[in-house]
Amino acid sequence: MRSVAKKAYIVLILLLLYAPIITLVTLSFNASKTRAKWGGFTLKWYGSMFRNDAIMHALYTTLVLAILSALIATLIGTAAAIAMNTMKARFRMYFTAVTNIPMLNADIVTGISLMLLFLAFDAAFGFRTVLLAHITFNIPYVILSVLPKLKQTNRSVYEAALDLGATPVYAFYKVILPDIMPGIISGFFLSFTMSLDDFIITHFSKGPGLDTLSTKIYTEVKKGIKPEMYALSTLMFATVLILVIVVNYIPDADASKKQRSGKIIKE
Amino acid sequence: MKNKKDLLSLPYFIWSAGFIIIPLCMIFFYGFTDRDLHFTFANIASITETENIKALLISILLALIATLICILLAYPLAMIIAGSKLKDSGFMIFVFILPMWMNFLLRTLAWQTLLEKNGVINTILSKLNLPALSIINTPYAIVLGMVYNFLPFMILPIYNALIKIDPNVINAARDLGANSLQTFLYVIFPLSIPGLISGITMVSVPALTTFVISDMLGGGKILLIGNVIEQEFKQANNWHVGSGLSIVLMLFILLAMGLTAKYDKEGGNYF
Repeated sequence: MRSVAKKAYIVLILLLLYAPIITLVTLSFNASKTRAKWGGFTLKWYGSMFRNDAIMHALYTTLVLAILSALIATLIGTAAAIAMNTMKARFRMYFTAVTNIPMLNADIVTGISLMLLFLAFDAAFGFRTVLLAHITFNIPYVILSVLPKLKQTNRSVYEAALDLGATPVYAFYKVILPDIMPGIISGFFLSFTMSLDDFIITHFSKGPGLDTLSTKIYTEVKKGIKPEMYALSTLMFATVLILVIVVNYIPDADASKKQRSGKIIKE
Repeated sequence: MKNKKDLLSLPYFIWSAGFIIIPLCMIFFYGFTDRDLHFTFANIASITETENIKALLISILLALIATLICILLAYPLAMIIAGSKLKDSGFMIFVFILPMWMNFLLRTLAWQTLLEKNGVINTILSKLNLPALSIINTPYAIVLGMVYNFLPFMILPIYNALIKIDPNVINAARDLGANSLQTFLYVIFPLSIPGLISGITMVSVPALTTFVISDMLGGGKILLIGNVIEQEFKQANNWHVGSGLSIVLMLFILLAMGLTAKYDKEGGNYF
């Protein structure tokens, strides 16, 4: 009885979380142009979205922005995390505080603070200003992913490598980097996701000519969303779903293979 | 910085000074000056104008309600997931995060389709001969949007706090004669407070400052403090008043941050 109640509760919450997703996926197959009524099943939006220049351009901008900002944030953030790990408490306090500001501050305040900065320096609002903004809010995610991994690394192994004649740089690549790699990778993907999904900070740091998918959706809300947008986001959602399943499944297959080969050798 | 390794933090030091510290100073600079760049408190004081104070109070009220509902929904859920067999629990958490991969604006927009007069929910309700639900363009819809969007931010930290509890502590309480309720009240709940507190911050800050959810589900009739600030910047082009109101908003965020710093000593557990 209790487990039934528990399951029912989980299903109820899942229903709340997935109702909009199901709605959007359904709308992507809706032949009618308005979202108010169902006009029969169609796949035409999936074809026409590739011919819609505005949507394709926004997709391109969004992806380039996400990759570039995640990459640069990963480089700066990882380097900073490595330094922060062994830094004197005084300096580390500054970096911890500065890392927490964009994490805890409201996006709208971060957005307008950057907008004021770009205005003050008379920067041309466009791709570059948005990229700078995205890197800024991505770095903390990288640091918070890498720092815990660094704390788990065993310092003696690194020192042993130095004792055995490795240069610090060589020892870093051979000993520390492999240990913190999972943190770096998850920091990268976290940044990528945050950049992909950001609306508020982009809204304040972009110029009139530039659109990411989020800002394009926002301007379309008033005029009515083009059905191609539903098709595109359904496709993106499905891609992520498949990627996550594949990524989670492959290491498992790998591990079981290793286990099997291990057994064979033993036998 | 004598240590050579410390130099690795130099790029971030420069970056953070240029894109985090200076921009924040800019808000304070604009917030305390008028258009002729003379010092003034007028921008801060503009929060007391009827429209602005109304927006701030509604924002605080709605954010409080949304946070409370999130706690009530997320806590039992986190307990159920944390209590399930370890192998499922990772998968369950994945299931609860997955919706966040659909664009946040589109997900919020989908609630319009669901909640509208002739929307999906009302069609289902009328088929079941139940009274229609008309909450679109009301504060209720905004609260729903907030709960919907920020619920995962409450589930995750509570779940993380719960799975860190050593089962031996719970067993010890049971051995010493505590019943389930006592074990929960005196052992499990106090140990989950850091997670709960960081969940509260992660939900209440975006809920307090949102302008998108109120825009989409409030029908533009209900202005939150986020909407007021957004309009000052994007439509009225009055950066001074906008900055002044942002400073007031930051005071409330600082309040939440102070709470977090006090309870969440572990830090850095935002995901």
